[in-house]
Amino acid sequence: MSTATEAPAAAARPATARAAGAVLVLLALVPLLVSSNVADMLTRVLAFALLAIGLDLLAGVAGLPSLGQAAPFGVGAYAAALLGKHVTTVGPVQLVAAAAAGAALAAAVGWLLVRSRGTYFLMLTLAVGEIVHELADRWEGVTGGTNGLAGVPAITLYPGGPPVRLAGVLYWYVLAAVLVCAGLLWMVSRSAFGQTLRGIRDNEERMRSLGYRTFPPKYAVFCIAGAAAGAAGSLWVAQSRFVSPADLGFEVSAMALLAVVIGGRGSLWGAALGAAVVVLVREELSPQLGGRGPLVLGLVFVAAVYLLPRGFAGMRIHRPRGEA
Amino acid sequence: MPAWLSDNLITIVDGVAFGVLLFTIAVGLSLVFGIMDVLNLAHGALYLVGAYVAVRFARGGQAGIGAFLLAGLAAVAVGAAAGAGLAVLTRPLARRGHLDQALLTLGVALIIGDLLSARFGNDVQSVPPPAFLAGSVSLVGHDYPSYRLAVIIAGLALAVLVWLLVERSRAGALVRATVADAPMVRALGVDTGRLVVAVFAFGVVLACLGGVLGAPVLGAYPGLDERVLILGLVVVVLGGLGSVSGAFLGALVIGQVEVLGVSLLPQYASFLVFGTMAVVLLLRPTGMLGRAGKPG
Amino acid sequence: MTGLLETERLTRRYGSLVALDEVSLSVAAGARHAVIGPNGAGKSTLFALVTGSLRPTAGRIRFDGQDVTGRPDHARARAGMAKTFQHSSLFTSLPVLDNVALATRRAAGLGMAMVRPAGRHAAVREAAMRQLELVGLAGRAAVPAAALSHGERRQLEVAIALATSPKLLLLDEPTAGMSAADSARFAELVESLGAAVTVLIIEHDLDVVFRLATRVTVLHLGRVLADGTPDEVRADETVQRAYLGDAALDDLFFGGTR
Repeated sequence: MSTATEAPAAAARPATARAAGAVLVLLALVPLLVSSNVADMLTRVLAFALLAIGLDLLAGVAGLPSLGQAAPFGVGAYAAALLGKHVTTVGPVQLVAAAAAGAALAAAVGWLLVRSRGTYFLMLTLAVGEIVHELADRWEGVTGGTNGLAGVPAITLYPGGPPVRLAGVLYWYVLAAVLVCAGLLWMVSRSAFGQTLRGIRDNEERMRSLGYRTFPPKYAVFCIAGAAAGAAGSLWVAQSRFVSPADLGFEVSAMALLAVVIGGRGSLWGAALGAAVVVLVREELSPQLGGRGPLVLGLVFVAAVYLLPRGFAGMRIHRPRGEA
Repeated sequence: MPAWLSDNLITIVDGVAFGVLLFTIAVGLSLVFGIMDVLNLAHGALYLVGAYVAVRFARGGQAGIGAFLLAGLAAVAVGAAAGAGLAVLTRPLARRGHLDQALLTLGVALIIGDLLSARFGNDVQSVPPPAFLAGSVSLVGHDYPSYRLAVIIAGLALAVLVWLLVERSRAGALVRATVADAPMVRALGVDTGRLVVAVFAFGVVLACLGGVLGAPVLGAYPGLDERVLILGLVVVVLGGLGSVSGAFLGALVIGQVEVLGVSLLPQYASFLVFGTMAVVLLLRPTGMLGRAGKPG
Repeated sequence: MTGLLETERLTRRYGSLVALDEVSLSVAAGARHAVIGPNGAGKSTLFALVTGSLRPTAGRIRFDGQDVTGRPDHARARAGMAKTFQHSSLFTSLPVLDNVALATRRAAGLGMAMVRPAGRHAAVREAAMRQLELVGLAGRAAVPAAALSHGERRQLEVAIALATSPKLLLLDEPTAGMSAADSARFAELVESLGAAVTVLIIEHDLDVVFRLATRVTVLHLGRVLADGTPDEVRADETVQRAYLGDAALDDLFFGGTR
């Protein structure tokens, strides 16, 4: 097993690089190989994957398990929708604005939340998620209440450009955006900061005894995950052209966490795979199962938690026993 | 009495009723976390099971108190079985950490939620209160539903019972000792494994009973499990994990804030609930009556 | 003459229980200062107060000439304190090299660098390897910390602490569970540190103490019982009684704060 601190040349393995390359080529070829319905679904998979990857950085790498990522996701989605309806239809602009909105929400609540650990943190993120959900429900003037915002115009790729109406072209845009954003997340994960996060995840007290301030890194990763979720929200809206409070619901947060659990903690690409599984089961298999998609996902969740070799390892919730 | 008090007295009493109901929900959650460090995310779903049990027994209009008592007994049976089952399911994950156990209960919550949905459909089911409690009582010149007063009484009785059990009984002492130092209790010859299962079962029974008690007030529908879970969590965070009196205090506070908030400032009700929680946590990171040193 | 570390009437109370009672001690720069005493004497509490993981009820702590009583644990670590934990406190999911690199990286100030891959910081990596060589774990660099044997974990524990180039190294029962050979090797390692690193060590193994220590403080029931050179302490009657004789028994069964 190689270490993250070893020189990169020694750590990179040719086989992994080849596999990654093959996957990328396949992903790029998708619109040429499948129908537009399938392309639409895969677009949704990509958007959701970005949400899951951001959560994996937060929960898998930094050890901060969040059940509230639907909040920045939804805030990003609403931001993109509102921009699209009233200001600009340029996709990349909506993306950046949505990421900023998600990060802003994370910055506002993270300051308080990140001071807590383990289960307390989980509960607080859950509560925040629900509060934001309820806000979306009630703030009819802005969010359209329970009916949500419909009729979001198609995005354009640049100012003055033609609206993107072909599923294949939209897919490529979303793929490019996800690759860039996921790439940034991957860069962060591999960096010295990423190692700091892993250290905090494994043993926060030890990190402090080494001289690390642990609040700034945790706060930073929480905001980064918020930005990723917001960006994912804008991509989701670019495809669905509709956003409602349901997109902010607890179920979205739970599904994102499920994707991370299935994929195994901390690998980032595993979370993307998990996201694919989740979306496929819900959209493709659920109708064939008489609408019992959530049941199947629950069973998959239970199985994943049992079968993962090291579990959601490293995220031990300690009860301090007064030991120095 | 001052006009604003008599105008709002009904709302305040409503707040107490809701708070007491919240207590029955939250205390089970708090106890299970206190003894096992496991956050039972299926707690809301189990409340919903209790609510649907009430739906089943109170079907056909005016059910008598007998039907409700039967529903209560059924809820206890179902709750005990489910609680024991959950304890057994989460046990093998104990060495992997408490987060895995919490995630497991999340999966179970999804399963239960969907099964209930499949069995009872997606419509909101309402449950009429037992016949003799269906009317209203005069309270400072307003009509107040008698059932809600009954909820307050029943809930308070339950609170006293739970408090006696936890703080004054031998079983409760064993539980509190296990929370403080499990290996020591085992060294005294007590089977802590069975104790843990018993506490889990007890906590879940309380959730199901809460469902039966609250059914005429909150009804039963998919999504109620989430709402109940969130409220339970907010109460437990406020009151401190593992503390019965904390759960009681927290429940009353949240019950009052939620009901008064909805009545006086409907646009900001959620803000008030979250704001209260944030303020309490800022001042006392382990909750109002939580024990210092708990996972915070 | 002021020491590198000075505590002034340091006290820690838990309600009516006094874990540490007005302990004043002075650790000279370059010294190897041992703290010994029966169980429950307050040794670990003293360490926790010095490193900042516990707040004192009363008293002051001065380190390197500055009053650090109000400073949080991470600030004291940056000022030059490092500690090892009684039960090895490692980063179990990470390989051995990465464990030590976390320490050297903090010393290099690169903990928040987000762009370059962690492996690109060559200085960090090399410093970490040097520490591993010092404790004899260089061959296990890529092994996950969780897979180490008990003795290896203790070695890694020390490597991590030394990797921040501390002025004061606090060792909390470092030889617990070690074989005689391992203990001797450990003593050699501490001796090799020289005067650059001041060592404050809690130990039960009196052979190690009397081999290594230049000064010994004896704690008993939260108070300083004796303080002097190893020979002085060994000859002290009150110390002998505390470890062997009636005084200890009296306190155990008829009084004291147990």
